[in-house]
Amino acid sequence: MTLLSVKNLRVSFDTEAGLVEAVRGVSFSLGRERLGIVGESGSGKTMTGRSVLRLIRPPGRIEAEEMRFDGIDLMRASEKEMRALRGTRIAMVMQDPKYSLNPVMRVGAQLMEGLRQRDGMGKAEARAKAIAALAAVQIRDPERVMEAYPHELSGGMGQRVMIAMMLIPDPDLLIADEPTSALDVTVQAEVLSILDGLVRDRGMGLIFISHDLRLVARFCDRVLVMFKGRVVEELAAKDLMQAKHPYTQGLLNCLPRIGGPREPLPGLDRTAEWAN
Amino acid sequence: MSHSPDAPARPWQFTGPIRKVAGVILSLLATFIGLLLVTFIIARVVPIDPVLTILGDRATEAQIVAERARLGLDEPMWKQFAIYVWQAAQGDFGLSIRSREPVISEIARYFPATLELATIATIFGVALGVPAGVLAATKPGSLSDQLVRLIGLMGYSMPVFWLGLMGLLLFYGVLDWVGGPGRLDAAYDMMLEFELTQYTGMILVDTALNGRWDMFANALSHIILPAGLLGYLSMAYISRMTRSFMMNELGQEYITTARVKGMPERRVIWVHAMRNVMVPLITVIALSFAYLLEGAVLTETIFSWPGIGSYITQALLTNDMPAVLGGTVVVGMVYIGLNMLSDVLYKLVDPRARA
Amino acid sequence: MSAQASNSLTRWLRDPNPASRRQARLGQAWMGWLRMRRNPLAMIGLSITVLLLLVAAFAPWLAPHDPITQSLPNRLMPPLSPGHLMGTDDFGRDILSRIIYGSRITLTIIVLFTLTAPVFGLLVGTVAGYFGGWTDEILMRITDIFLAFPKLILALALVSVLGPGFQNAVLAIAITSWSPYARVARAETLTVRNSDYIASIRLQGASSLRIILGHVIPMCLPSVIIRATLDMAGVILIAAGLGFLGLGVQPPMPEWGQMISAGRKYLFEQWWVATMPGLAIFVVSLGFNLLGDGLRDVLDPRSAGK
Repeated sequence: MTLLSVKNLRVSFDTEAGLVEAVRGVSFSLGRERLGIVGESGSGKTMTGRSVLRLIRPPGRIEAEEMRFDGIDLMRASEKEMRALRGTRIAMVMQDPKYSLNPVMRVGAQLMEGLRQRDGMGKAEARAKAIAALAAVQIRDPERVMEAYPHELSGGMGQRVMIAMMLIPDPDLLIADEPTSALDVTVQAEVLSILDGLVRDRGMGLIFISHDLRLVARFCDRVLVMFKGRVVEELAAKDLMQAKHPYTQGLLNCLPRIGGPREPLPGLDRTAEWAN
Repeated sequence: MSHSPDAPARPWQFTGPIRKVAGVILSLLATFIGLLLVTFIIARVVPIDPVLTILGDRATEAQIVAERARLGLDEPMWKQFAIYVWQAAQGDFGLSIRSREPVISEIARYFPATLELATIATIFGVALGVPAGVLAATKPGSLSDQLVRLIGLMGYSMPVFWLGLMGLLLFYGVLDWVGGPGRLDAAYDMMLEFELTQYTGMILVDTALNGRWDMFANALSHIILPAGLLGYLSMAYISRMTRSFMMNELGQEYITTARVKGMPERRVIWVHAMRNVMVPLITVIALSFAYLLEGAVLTETIFSWPGIGSYITQALLTNDMPAVLGGTVVVGMVYIGLNMLSDVLYKLVDPRARA
Repeated sequence: MSAQASNSLTRWLRDPNPASRRQARLGQAWMGWLRMRRNPLAMIGLSITVLLLLVAAFAPWLAPHDPITQSLPNRLMPPLSPGHLMGTDDFGRDILSRIIYGSRITLTIIVLFTLTAPVFGLLVGTVAGYFGGWTDEILMRITDIFLAFPKLILALALVSVLGPGFQNAVLAIAITSWSPYARVARAETLTVRNSDYIASIRLQGASSLRIILGHVIPMCLPSVIIRATLDMAGVILIAAGLGFLGLGVQPPMPEWGQMISAGRKYLFEQWWVATMPGLAIFVVSLGFNLLGDGLRDVLDPRSAGK
């Protein structure tokens, strides 16, 4: 069953230097599965993720032949309908909790905001739900964290708070945009396994955006490889090592391997025909 | 700065809040003395001889020497400065040459009128400037943005004394909507001293406290124009700063988070972004209040407003140096005080600064 | 230039892979110019500034009358009188001519200001930042003290001591406004002080003076220039304020602030005497503000392109 289908998505920015196209005709569809999007920075993967939520700010423009979420036409939906979707059915976890949490609001207020404002829930009930959500991301001391300000949390804690906040309304689709790139390596695995567990348990669709091929291969069912705003290859995660496309192969070759040859890692060849 | 817990406590080193307060007081003291040093130097290079000003040019040599000794002018410079600092710390800026009254008590009498004017102007400035800045920031490049920008830049570009004259010409001379120069009509002004108990020196407050609503209305019609004009200048500054802070906050990731949570734009702007904008905005509001004290110098001259600005300019034009320097130091202190106040408020609004 | 040549020049300027540093710089400047051209307010500001320069340069040819010669029979003639577009003042002098000549005074003040306050602030800031330690501590304390003073009031106190007049007014303005430049320059200096290229120059045996003059100051110049442009409007206003209080340029020189002050007596009957010079001040300082604002948008990448 298709949860999200995107056909020929384009995102462009009108700047002094002329029209910059960040996404140039991306199509994919997604069920209740885990889709990885990989690419270098600037390949348009983040813009693709944000387009689904229609969160591209002017002067950016989104165009698509079709963008449908669970039967709802996202291109035609009113801003109000989009807000309702954003709040409850599609969520997003961003890269760095240092920036994605509001620095002057207590964690508790940010967690309860959706429940209180959107769902009109009472204070005590919202608080209980927020604490439960914190417990679900394995925060040991949820009461204390509720009272904390974001700057008082470590990066890993912050990202867990972020995940808890986004999963409170039980969304059908979660977009995770480099959710662990800003974290220490030691914390990355922990946060990932929490995210993995929650996504599995609740059976939601996941778009996992990353520049890390191996991470995506381990974590997702299917992978889109993006370059310069286009999808250059789509394949099952288990087949990643057998990728055909020269760009994907190039990306794979850049990865150092333990026990591999000690020569300098090869650079990417961006001059080929597909690179335009 | 973290100290290891088992390091021996050094008694001469304050830690924690005591240290912070001590630091604040020290820097305050240093700036205060610096301020006095500047005015002291100014006073010493004055080509006007204070002895001759007091005695007149017919004084005998003996009289001059005696007067110099009385004023402490025969002491070495550093000692004169030390005396000056010591006296200033007690609020003693000497006698005004014109009135022979202590400068400080004159300033105390003039200051409330300026305070009242600047406060009302700041209220105007914040009430209009913040929404205008937010409106401009949410629609950058739009017509309303350009309009707010233009209105703001116009405020930056108007000579305040000219704006005052034009205001008088239009609203008083031609339209007759407001009262003219002064704090009250002449008829009321004469009653001021006899019929009004002056609790605060602020005309609106005093008339209200006395229950003289007729006078209150009259005072209001007089204050509205100068306060409105100064308020416009304040609005120009506040709206531009609000716009730039708001633009900056709206580009932050936590704003995207709030939108992802499905929060309506109104809440995203006025709750999420605004709470962060408040942090730097407090400093701006305090600064704009300080600028108003400065703008008041010329505005008060135009509107015959009996405030500190009029006091300083009148003293200037009559070469009353103790009054000029005393006024300068007091306004400088208020400046510094406002800066420190904004520092304190900053910490109240920003949890990151409290740590 | 033919259309084709201009086209290839544009392409050269917009080349995303410039071949030389000069091409990169010119390309950047070209982008900046394009960005500024899209901002109508900045273009208005630029036009006003150019206009001021032209009027000041050609004042004797533009002014219909002598700005100083009195003509009492013609006193206080309203605007649009024959031969007196903006009317005449209480001595029968043509207001338009006085405003045209006054532009020279305003321009001179701006030029003198630019040659003093930013230069002095730049020196203090770079020396403090480069040497650090006690030098920095003392110089910055002094800077802070000057920052703590309200500009206009300190200028007033200074002029009252130095005596009214043109040079003293400029001096007072310069003394009151160098401190922000010192702050800006110090901040810039701190960022380059420990860089490797400064270290390598030092290892080559260059003196501190040489390093500061030849390598630190050039790095600080751009931010100081932006600030100076933005400051010019403020300088015009303070100078006019001093003139208005009778502490600046003395009569009969046609200084705009002092002209307003002279017209104050006739405000309600002969409104034009005070209004016209005020308009001139307003237009010129608005011009500088619009230009400075546009320049900042172009040169400050954070606020640009949004």
